[in-house]
Amino acid sequence: MFNNLRRFVDKIKPNFVEGGKFAWLQSTFEAFETFAFTPNRVTKRGSHVRDAIDLKRAMIMVVIALVPAMLFGMWNIGYQTSLHASDWPYELGTVASWWYCLWFGFLRMLPMLAVSYIVGLGIEFTFAQIRHHEVNEGFLVTGFIIPMIVPVTTPLWQLALAVAFAVIIGKEVFGGTGMNFLNPALVARAFLFFAYPTRMSGDNVWIAADLWGTDAITSATPLAELAAGVHPSASALDMFIGTIPGSTCETSVIAILLGAILLLFTGIASWRVMLSVVLGGGLMGLLFNAIGANEYMQVPFYYHYLMGGFMFGAVFMATDPVTAAQTNTGKWIYGLLIGIFAVMLRVINPAYPEGMMLSILLMNCFAPLIDHCVVARNIKMRQHRALKLSKTVKS
Amino acid sequence: MANLKKLIIEPLRKTNPVTVLVLGICSCLAVTAQLKPALVMGLSVTVVTALSNFIISLLRKGIPNRIRIIVQLVVVATLVILIDQFLKAFAYDVSKQLSVYVGLIITNCIIMGRLEAFALSHGPGESFLDGLGNGLGYSLILVIVAFFRELFGSGTLLGYQVIPQSFYEAGYQNNGLMILPPMALIVVGVIIWIQRTRNPEMQENNQN
Repeated sequence: MFNNLRRFVDKIKPNFVEGGKFAWLQSTFEAFETFAFTPNRVTKRGSHVRDAIDLKRAMIMVVIALVPAMLFGMWNIGYQTSLHASDWPYELGTVASWWYCLWFGFLRMLPMLAVSYIVGLGIEFTFAQIRHHEVNEGFLVTGFIIPMIVPVTTPLWQLALAVAFAVIIGKEVFGGTGMNFLNPALVARAFLFFAYPTRMSGDNVWIAADLWGTDAITSATPLAELAAGVHPSASALDMFIGTIPGSTCETSVIAILLGAILLLFTGIASWRVMLSVVLGGGLMGLLFNAIGANEYMQVPFYYHYLMGGFMFGAVFMATDPVTAAQTNTGKWIYGLLIGIFAVMLRVINPAYPEGMMLSILLMNCFAPLIDHCVVARNIKMRQHRALKLSKTVKS
Repeated sequence: MANLKKLIIEPLRKTNPVTVLVLGICSCLAVTAQLKPALVMGLSVTVVTALSNFIISLLRKGIPNRIRIIVQLVVVATLVILIDQFLKAFAYDVSKQLSVYVGLIITNCIIMGRLEAFALSHGPGESFLDGLGNGLGYSLILVIVAFFRELFGSGTLLGYQVIPQSFYEAGYQNNGLMILPPMALIVVGVIIWIQRTRNPEMQENNQN
């Protein structure tokens, strides 16, 4: 089958190279060709390091790592609905079977994924075409993540707007994939959060009432309960497994950890960033425990890992190789500060129920500065060492 | 004559104080959440730049070089106080809305910039037109930004509802981000982007 495809691609290729009928669609053609096949071009001038893992394979690996969280999220959408909807409209009774929950969630996620990819890729292809670039694979992951981190009731037109904003203002104005300094998926979420706060927070947005309806069902997330000064009603185990209301696919710590294992095993995500985010959050949690002025501060520090998007952010967002710090020391500082700020924002500022998003975006801005300082310090240290050495040699 | 016309037209386009010289950004963020204050602000700045340019140009040969900034400030401050009192008397609501930003016209970089760069070396007639042009260029951007921010942020224009009620019933919502100051910065950025794409000669060559 692949041979036939190869032959077909080779046959139509002359139309798309310079001088061909569809030369203006060169980028689009190129994108689809390299999606199916490894490019057969060889380096002609000055050699570069060539690795079997290029951007496309790395991005596919991240998408695979996201799959457990996605599947669990789909099931949880159905499960939460069956728990909370008093008039669960299907004949299966109050608690639906697990496969029905999954199917229900799948039908809710599918349009969101479709909108995210159609809008995002449409813009990416247009920009690549105008600039005569190759189409980059960056949006493969971004488009997958965006529907995973918004409430299930987000209207599709708002999602489309957020995706467009994230791709254009968050990425393309800076020159496209690899040039952006903010994580585009988080830009989309931040856009929704500030533009349509009533659809992104509060107690009415986390449960899909029925398949296409818009009736609101009230259900508070653990973060919202704590912000109101109440101990979370869900147990730590429930939060660990993920059977709690929340953004579509970020509730289950287990599913996210499965993805984390794959990312760490393949070396795509930095273990330094992940570990330091977790450490930073824990440290701040312990510090608040020591102060213990209100319910939020008294909550055990590991609750912060289980609630909201902390783990999802730590594993999939903070580790984004483009927007994270590049130096190893820098990664520790970057990660620690993300963890610290995330918990600090959650506990101290009740206006922002989820601190993870804002703290990662904030540290994205500071990552280049951190790197600069680390590099400058290294240079200084080496200079110092060299000077010392030369003095001892002289004497 | 063509030269005089250029003094007014050019600041609207290729030497626009906001999008090309990137001056006066602070007030651009502050007063553009709605169209009405933006219009009044634009008008006030235009009056101040035109008149201060004119007055300083008249005085330019008598001002000792070392204290010229102080003299300029005195003239600008006088004009701003006049504007402020005028607004308080005849447009109290808008004056309340603009609050400190009327007083802060004194610190608007466009005014000092035009005084230093133009009025001190040109005749009063030309200086007046230059001030007028730059004030209008500033107002133009302010009005464009405010138009989009009020339309999408509040669904109104000049306070009148523009987006029909049926849209809201169908699930449309006002974009809360538009009312926040960062969005003004982004809208200005997009205007600069469009302007530079349409005029390739404005792009610097940063390749080397």
